[in-house]
Amino acid sequence: MRPRDTRRPVPAPALGRRAFLAGGLAAAGTALAGCGPADTVLSGRQRLRQWNLFTGGDGARMVEMHDAYRKQHPGIDFQPSTFQWGNPYYTKFAMGAAGGRAFDIATLHVSRLRGLGVDTLIAPVPTDLLARHGITRDTVQHSTWDKCTIGGELYAIPLDTHLVVTYFNRDACEKAGVLDADGNLVDTSGEEEFLDVCAAVKEATGKYGVVMDTTHAWRQFWSLYRQLGGEFKLEGELGIDDDKALRALDFLRRISQSGLAPEASDGAATPANFQNGIAGLMISGNWELPTLKDAGMDFGMRAFPDIFGAELGQGDSHCFVLPVRREPDEDAVAAAVEYAAWMLKNSLTWAGGGHTPAYLPVTRSPEYAALEPQSGYRKAAANVQFDPQAWFSGSAAQLQAQASAVFTGVHTGAVTPETALRRFKHAAQKLIDTPAPV
Amino acid sequence: MTPHADTAGASAVAPASRTGPKPAAGSGARRARRDSLTGLWLVLPFTTLFAAFMVWPLLAGLWTSFTDRSLAQDESSFVGLANWAEMLGDSAVWQSLWVTLLFTLITTPPLVVIALVMAQLTHRATAHIGWFLRFSYFAPFLMPVAVVALIWEWMYQPEFGMVNGLLASVGIPGVSWLTDGGTVLPAIAITTVWWTVGFNYLLYLAALQGIPAYVYEAAAIDGAGPWQRFRSITLPLLGRTTTLIVLLQMVASLKLFDQAYLMTNGTGGPNYAARPIIGYIFESGFTGLRIGYASAISYLLFAVIIVVSVLQFKLFSRKEGTV
Repeated sequence: MRPRDTRRPVPAPALGRRAFLAGGLAAAGTALAGCGPADTVLSGRQRLRQWNLFTGGDGARMVEMHDAYRKQHPGIDFQPSTFQWGNPYYTKFAMGAAGGRAFDIATLHVSRLRGLGVDTLIAPVPTDLLARHGITRDTVQHSTWDKCTIGGELYAIPLDTHLVVTYFNRDACEKAGVLDADGNLVDTSGEEEFLDVCAAVKEATGKYGVVMDTTHAWRQFWSLYRQLGGEFKLEGELGIDDDKALRALDFLRRISQSGLAPEASDGAATPANFQNGIAGLMISGNWELPTLKDAGMDFGMRAFPDIFGAELGQGDSHCFVLPVRREPDEDAVAAAVEYAAWMLKNSLTWAGGGHTPAYLPVTRSPEYAALEPQSGYRKAAANVQFDPQAWFSGSAAQLQAQASAVFTGVHTGAVTPETALRRFKHAAQKLIDTPAPV
Repeated sequence: MTPHADTAGASAVAPASRTGPKPAAGSGARRARRDSLTGLWLVLPFTTLFAAFMVWPLLAGLWTSFTDRSLAQDESSFVGLANWAEMLGDSAVWQSLWVTLLFTLITTPPLVVIALVMAQLTHRATAHIGWFLRFSYFAPFLMPVAVVALIWEWMYQPEFGMVNGLLASVGIPGVSWLTDGGTVLPAIAITTVWWTVGFNYLLYLAALQGIPAYVYEAAAIDGAGPWQRFRSITLPLLGRTTTLIVLLQMVASLKLFDQAYLMTNGTGGPNYAARPIIGYIFESGFTGLRIGYASAISYLLFAVIIVVSVLQFKLFSRKEGTV
């Protein structure tokens, strides 16, 4: 289950109930082991158990960084474990952290911080210790750092920001005549200009102009809603600006129903449609970058298009968190904080996966500026639009799931924006009224 | 069950009846007590495991459904019937229960009928092709659910999937299989039939091979045609197997989760058109961290499965009486 020397990410466990239970039992067994493997104890090395949710291109980069970390830290017995992104990970995270002895440091989406038990599962970060390693609010992207702070206490150490951006296929866009002199997608402003570009690209591909994940429409919706300046109030009486939400949804309806984008394209199909040249543009998370690069595609990237007045895209941040411990263990905390600081300082490797490092000395370095196509959306990462805050919001949590379940019908034409919004509001109110489990 | 099995059962019981209380004076009662003690020791290992892994979790789950236990907290408190009351008023519970029942309704008949057809085909095939048919019909059942879901997810892709490609070649317009609220559950049902029909097929094949050839010969001599032979001999003699398959299949379909979760990437499909009740239990308990509430819904499903099984059993017993 947990090889001591992981060269490759541990394959994600299958999702069946039995496998889940088996995983739980194995995790319980590991937790029961208590003081760790005999060789750790005997060698006198400090054990550091890290849990993460990185597979694919991200996983490969994390392993590369971990190999370098191990070389520089012979005194640390480093034990990373990789789980499947999303629900499977967060389930294990909650159960493992509730057990109190599962990991010494774990990765998390900052949007899930409140929903996973701040102070019950997740402990505050000792900022003085972190500052000794050179990580302070001054050396990290402010907006992300502040997102990791709750009630004046820092609960997470941000590694990056990631967000939805626009990918463009250079061949198709050149054929469509929508590239500027530098070979980048032309700037557009407003609904019509972007739709015109999509129409030109559709002409060039013969199929579609743009493709986006219609089964996770939350990302598109929140980007557009934030471009309009919309806010959510997720306490007591739900607060949503209906006009702005309807405008955002109507844009999704329009782009799919006019044949410029597929009515249906799920998580797996979206990059495939882009790679196959079925669509010349793709709106998707910046994490697709390594896959497309490995495929040898000639593509570029830029911010989420300005549809309603600003190039704002929905996003999140990967951060490191420390578990609440039943038995204090200062050595483990010190090793965990040092590890997180090391990862931040070495996050140039991480940037290869498309994420924008949160550590400013890295993003300001000439090596980072030279990265292509990362340079195309570097500015956008500074104003990433985080999800609204509640225990049920954030990556792979219920608010996103509820939104995506109804908004997908807007893309396919099954429901009108008005019906979709009514259903979503009903579901969101139900979540607000649910007794909070954290 | 063949008649032989019954006699085997009887002979297995026979030694036990020999050790029954004898009219010998004095020692009889003591021996009986000793025998029953021996019996208790023999069933102890099973009983212990059953109690630890079946009875205790069942009771613990029932107790949990009356608490606000959370995945993210150590403490929980007793909340009485709050979870149960919330469940009865929660439209998502009934909607997902309906998805599960609908799935059971649309998968059970084809899983029985297609299995029977395939078994008949194999049974009549020559030895040359028989092994190949047996292997190819049963092979999908050997695949793990993740592999099956992945294969079919790509086959169902609207733009470049094989299914729509085949439809297009005969002039039928493309269908958004997994992304349309009307087709997502049937699509998962088709996948499930392809994946699991092999097991029922094997049960039918074994039963077919148990029907003596002279019965068919006698019927043929009396002038019965193939269809008549099938209707009057094969179907009645397969009655018990059919009952067993229907019962197993219904319980299996009621427990739908894996392929629905995987093929919709955990979204449950448009407007939750393919979120079964176990999917909702998973969401409430693990995504929503509310173990107490999820336990209450689990007990609702438990009750539904019990009711369905008892109904089945009743039908089954009545049939047995008439045969």
